[in-house]
Amino acid sequence: MSVIEVRGLTKRYGPQTVVDDLSFTVEAGQVTGFLGPNGAGKSTTMRMIIGLAAPDRGTATIGGRNYRDLAVPLVEVGALLDAGAVHGGRTAYDHLHALAVSNGLPRKRVDAVLARTGMEGVAGKRAGGFSLGMRQRLGIAATLLGEPRVLIFDEPVNGLDPEGIRWVRDLMRSLAAEGRAVLVSSHLMSEMAQTADHLIVIGRGRLIADTAVSELTRTNGEGAVVVRVSDRARFAQQLSAAGATVRDGLESSLVVSGMSAADIGQLAAYHGVALSELTPQRVSLEEAFMELTRDSIEFSGVAA
Amino acid sequence: MSTDVAPRAGFGRTLQAEWIKLRSLRSTWYTLACLFVVGLGITILSSNAAGQAWETATEAERLAWDPTGRSTMTYIVAQLIVGVLGILVVTSEYATGLMGTTLTAMPRRTRVLAAKVLLATAVALVAGEVLMFAAFFIGQPLMAGQNVPTAHLSDPGVVPAVIAGGLYLGAIAVLAIGLGVLMRATAGALATLVGIVFLVPAVAGLFPSWMSGVFDFWPTLGAAAPLGTVPDPDFPHPWLNLTGMCLAIAAVLAAAFIAFRRRDI
Ligand SMILES: Nc1ncnc2c1ncn2[C@@H]1O[C@H](COP(=O)(O)OP(=O)(O)OP(=O)(O)O)[C@@H](O)[C@H]1O
Ligand SMILES: [Mg+2]
Repeated sequence: MSVIEVRGLTKRYGPQTVVDDLSFTVEAGQVTGFLGPNGAGKSTTMRMIIGLAAPDRGTATIGGRNYRDLAVPLVEVGALLDAGAVHGGRTAYDHLHALAVSNGLPRKRVDAVLARTGMEGVAGKRAGGFSLGMRQRLGIAATLLGEPRVLIFDEPVNGLDPEGIRWVRDLMRSLAAEGRAVLVSSHLMSEMAQTADHLIVIGRGRLIADTAVSELTRTNGEGAVVVRVSDRARFAQQLSAAGATVRDGLESSLVVSGMSAADIGQLAAYHGVALSELTPQRVSLEEAFMELTRDSIEFSGVAA
Repeated sequence: MSTDVAPRAGFGRTLQAEWIKLRSLRSTWYTLACLFVVGLGITILSSNAAGQAWETATEAERLAWDPTGRSTMTYIVAQLIVGVLGILVVTSEYATGLMGTTLTAMPRRTRVLAAKVLLATAVALVAGEVLMFAAFFIGQPLMAGQNVPTAHLSDPGVVPAVIAGGLYLGAIAVLAIGLGVLMRATAGALATLVGIVFLVPAVAGLFPSWMSGVFDFWPTLGAAAPLGTVPDPDFPHPWLNLTGMCLAIAAVLAAAFIAFRRRDI
């Protein structure tokens, strides 16, 4: 069952089309990573999903309804787009209490989310004095108030230390395990590899990939294969003759690209060559991502 | 859901949430404290200066002497402080990005703004009335001590004039909220408010004469007419002038609602 449904979503700012005919769905029970280079339109898309920005064309619905039509929004969606979006003069408790009351949620939900995010100790402190990590926790606490089926986080690990990143990752995983739909944007591909089940990749507002994490690393990038045989020179010749590109690898291995591991095995059998190793090299998600978005990087640095 | 009662999110809840937000900020209480310290401070100063003013007054000035107006004139500075209260109710949320969080929890924007307007106006009205009555009760005895004519609450026109002071301040709070929504920034909204209540009145004489029709309903000018008890030949129906200002403020508020509904956050 898809929970968030984005159809033909388009947003223009002046002459610039920031989100361009974007369509995707987010499913329950998994973490969907939302990836894209800076300025790709991730935040804008999320703002349209929760009704803070109006699309020029297209729709974004939650459980089939527009966000604005949700009667009690916090029990359906929890969204954190900006951890800084707290009044510094208000205590964490009062901030959460006001949000809970606006949706008719009982006070005990405030205590529950403070406990789940490890914020009980600072509930009575003003948010102005919070570190970035504490603000992220407070923002996440607010999203959990209504125990919603859908969670939306915009770069929740931005600026967090390794322990904080780990905490957020574990939280996302456990929220998905509870059957909730989790949409999370990030710059950290390696992070997504460990957190997300599904990936939506956009560049310049357009959809580039909508795929399972495992698919992306497998299909993308020219997967090379490491091969080890007794007669290296001879097999290298046979591989080249069959159309593969071969170079020398570490410890007298061959690194073959342009041919799948299965085809290499067939070729070896045909020539009666005994393989002592045949290992497909997985492309890292990072590389796959770079590969995908190479053409759509808006702000690319010049290598020195 | 682990909650016992199905949660609901009607207007009452929005109002309650806004009240928690308003009262949980120190700045709200500082602003209100400032309103009374400055407002009553001005009352004390102007009352103490009354003796000398009376001595040097001409016959005509003595005929137009208005003891009640001397107490309610504290509105001139009080309106700015009440304005700050109204502006901050919205611009503090824009400045911190909290408006996004507020509207995520309650996406019905008209309802959110209505709750803010209702609450801030109620606070300003109550504080304004308390301030005006306090100014009257502190100011009159101070003037009596200097053998200057004073007013009693039971004198004709006194209660309406003092009440008008509170109403006037409530209206200015509404104007301030409207400006806050339209400008989305504290500095811009405050500068505009200062321009409206101080600068324009200060240079009113420089404007072409057809503008005087507008100034009859302008804050600090014609709209403040019902705050006195001595009839002003320029304003035969002083309440009409205040009502005119309220209608203009209602128009500003309507524009604010439209902008708030339509704009991206
Ligand atoms: N309110 C706005 N007015 C004009 N342009 C905007 C506005 N908001 C965003 N943009 C532009 O839209 C583009 C997409 O911005 P957006 O914040 O959605 O990207 P993003 O994918 O979230 O980037 P990042 O990874 O840096 O957070 C950017 O070029 C940005 O400059
Ligand atoms: Mg962003």
